[in-house]
Amino acid sequence: MRILEGYGVTKHFGGLAAILNVDFHVDQGEIVGLIGPNGAGKTTLFNLISAAHNLNSGVIRFKGEKISGLKPHQICRTGVARTFQSVKVFGNIPIFGNVLLGSLFGTSTGMSSSDATREAMELLEFVGLSATKAILAKDLTLANQKRVEVARALATKPELLLLDELVAGLNPAETAQAMELVTRIRDRGITILMIEHVMKAIMSVCDRIMVLHHGEKIAEGTPEEITNNQTVIEVYLGK
Amino acid sequence: MTSKRLFLLGLLFLVLVLLALLPLYGSAYTVILVTAIFMYIVLTVSWVIFSGPTGYLSLATAAFFGVGIYTSAVLGKTLPLPIVICVGALASFCLALLVGALTLRLRGVYFTIFTFGLVLLIYQLLLWYEVRITHTRGRFVIVVNNTTIYYVMFAILVVLLITAYLIRRSKYGLALQSIGEDEEAAAHTGINVTVLKTIIFAVSAIFMGAAGAIMATRWTYIDPLIAFNPLFSFLPVLMAIFGGIGQFYGPIIGAAIFAYLEEVLLTRFPYYYMLIFGIILVVAIVYLPGGLVGLIQKWRKGDLAEQDANP
Amino acid sequence: MMLEVNAVNTVYGKIRALWDVSLRVDEKEIVALVGANGAGKTTMLNTISGVIHPTSGSIQFCGQRIDRLLSYQIVKIGISHIPEGGKPFPDMTVHENLEMGAYSNETWKKRNETIEQVYRIFPILKERKGQLARTLSGGERQMLAIGRGLMSRPRLCALDEPSYGLGPLLVKEIFIVIKALRDQGMTLLLVEQNVQQSLEIADRGYVLENGHIVSEGKSRELLQNNHIKKAYLGL
Repeated sequence: MRILEGYGVTKHFGGLAAILNVDFHVDQGEIVGLIGPNGAGKTTLFNLISAAHNLNSGVIRFKGEKISGLKPHQICRTGVARTFQSVKVFGNIPIFGNVLLGSLFGTSTGMSSSDATREAMELLEFVGLSATKAILAKDLTLANQKRVEVARALATKPELLLLDELVAGLNPAETAQAMELVTRIRDRGITILMIEHVMKAIMSVCDRIMVLHHGEKIAEGTPEEITNNQTVIEVYLGK
Repeated sequence: MTSKRLFLLGLLFLVLVLLALLPLYGSAYTVILVTAIFMYIVLTVSWVIFSGPTGYLSLATAAFFGVGIYTSAVLGKTLPLPIVICVGALASFCLALLVGALTLRLRGVYFTIFTFGLVLLIYQLLLWYEVRITHTRGRFVIVVNNTTIYYVMFAILVVLLITAYLIRRSKYGLALQSIGEDEEAAAHTGINVTVLKTIIFAVSAIFMGAAGAIMATRWTYIDPLIAFNPLFSFLPVLMAIFGGIGQFYGPIIGAAIFAYLEEVLLTRFPYYYMLIFGIILVVAIVYLPGGLVGLIQKWRKGDLAEQDANP
Repeated sequence: MMLEVNAVNTVYGKIRALWDVSLRVDEKEIVALVGANGAGKTTMLNTISGVIHPTSGSIQFCGQRIDRLLSYQIVKIGISHIPEGGKPFPDMTVHENLEMGAYSNETWKKRNETIEQVYRIFPILKERKGQLARTLSGGERQMLAIGRGLMSRPRLCALDEPSYGLGPLLVKEIFIVIKALRDQGMTLLLVEQNVQQSLEIADRGYVLENGHIVSEGKSRELLQNNHIKKAYLGL
């Protein structure tokens, strides 16, 4: 089933086309990678899906229903969650509170306070942060802040998770841990679309990869196909 | 419940009882003074309900306070006092809903400026209305005895404190804080930020309006300048900062001490009180960035450190 | 020896971020400082560039003690700290950002000449010279940050994670630029998560763990070190 699809998606900022006529889709259960040079429009595409920005033209559908035009909190409750490139945790709130907010507000049906508390604890354990639950989010290392963001996103019970540069700034050992977490998330039945620059990470988990360049989709395929694609090598991978 | 908690609750209860019985044993002057202190606490705590956690610094307090005052002036002669207070609160609530819907899209400084502009706008509108349309300047308000005013203000204060406490402890209190931390992330976590901001903003205005409605009867003559005095927008902010926004009791003690200080200075140094007041304020803000709450927390940490040194 | 850090301890409130850290950078070297997140690498650079002051120990630059100086004085002396994420001034143009890098009097007079040199190293910045920094992509911002750091005509460049968030091709380009800078006579202290590539171009390296230096030596040797291979290279 196509859990996410977009047709003719276009977004301008002033005179600049950040995304130009892009078609894309994600099937349920997949882990899809979104790569491309800086400024290609990857985060902009995420912003369009999560309604942080409005489309100029085109349509985006989630589980067949049009979501372009909804507000961010509505999209979250429909089942699409995301993390941010610039790690937007609630700094002066303990990490437990960060995740709890997701449980309390992010689901379409709402939850009792005790259920939400239990859920939040379980998610903190899932990402490996239960020992530090009372610490303020701003006092964590970058890697741990990213895990808090993931836990908070998972607390909203998404069916689709958008990860924006989960492993930027992580060393190879931390990156491997993060990819293992991604696989465990998929095993929970959540579809994943991830933006990444670290090729090792993308290659290790993605079923399919899309490549954006100057706002347009220039390639799409399996990891092997992409690494051998001449255009992609020229504009992004080097070698 | 810990014994410390029990002790504090008992203390709180004692204070409430003493305050409730004040008109019976206190002088008229004391009753009036404490009423004024209650008023400042109401304005400050209701301001903190919204502006504290979200960081949206509202300067509209005088507008909502003034609406309450004018409601009293206009309706006081025709309706019983309790109804007048409720209408004043409701009028402020509605105004805040409208203003909130319009201005809460604005960020930071722009929101603050706009809310301040609101105060000036209403002031000018009323002034024009009175000069041009009714050809009167100001209005007389019904007279109510000081004890009644005291108890009404006390009641408003108690209801406010309970409301503020419940909001702060609820999931909405946490959500408000997250809006202050990162509004975009809060929206993406499923929080309807627009609705929440507008409603809480309006709730805070209810108490400002109610306070205005009862204080008008104390002043007996009001005009647009008295009712929409910008000072009532600035003072709650200063009192909250002075007391410290970090803890629930911060704005309460900030407002209480501040209001008492103003009263003392006004009577002792009628010519210099603003100057001394200003100096105290500057010193407090420079040396106590966390407000009085920050100071208290430092003392407590000092105690703890001593404990660790002597195991 | 150009930069000498001697038994430096740096504290944030109650937390000690650096414990008796010593390192040195010789002229025309590239020295890599690697370590996990939160190990203290950025703190080390902040201590060197005067953003924070060490509680004990000393830092000397070309024989002069700098650990009590203010940041702008350290820039004047010849150290340029290019921070993590670049931190360009978002509402100024590329050109204006670069000019700001030459703020002190001596470098200000030479700024036009220096800007031309920077544009030669980063032609894309010349293309975008009138654009607001806010509109640049991540890689362009990084190049702008390095360019701005060069505007103060430093003798030592301290780079904090220049490859952060950049695609593979850009990472290669940045490392080529870093190497080229050294070949032109610049001394560089490189803080990086990308342990492989940074140790490959560096002469020497230090490994920081929880605020302690746990390994140091020629980078070739560090790349062969088993602990480093396991912990940082994922091998």
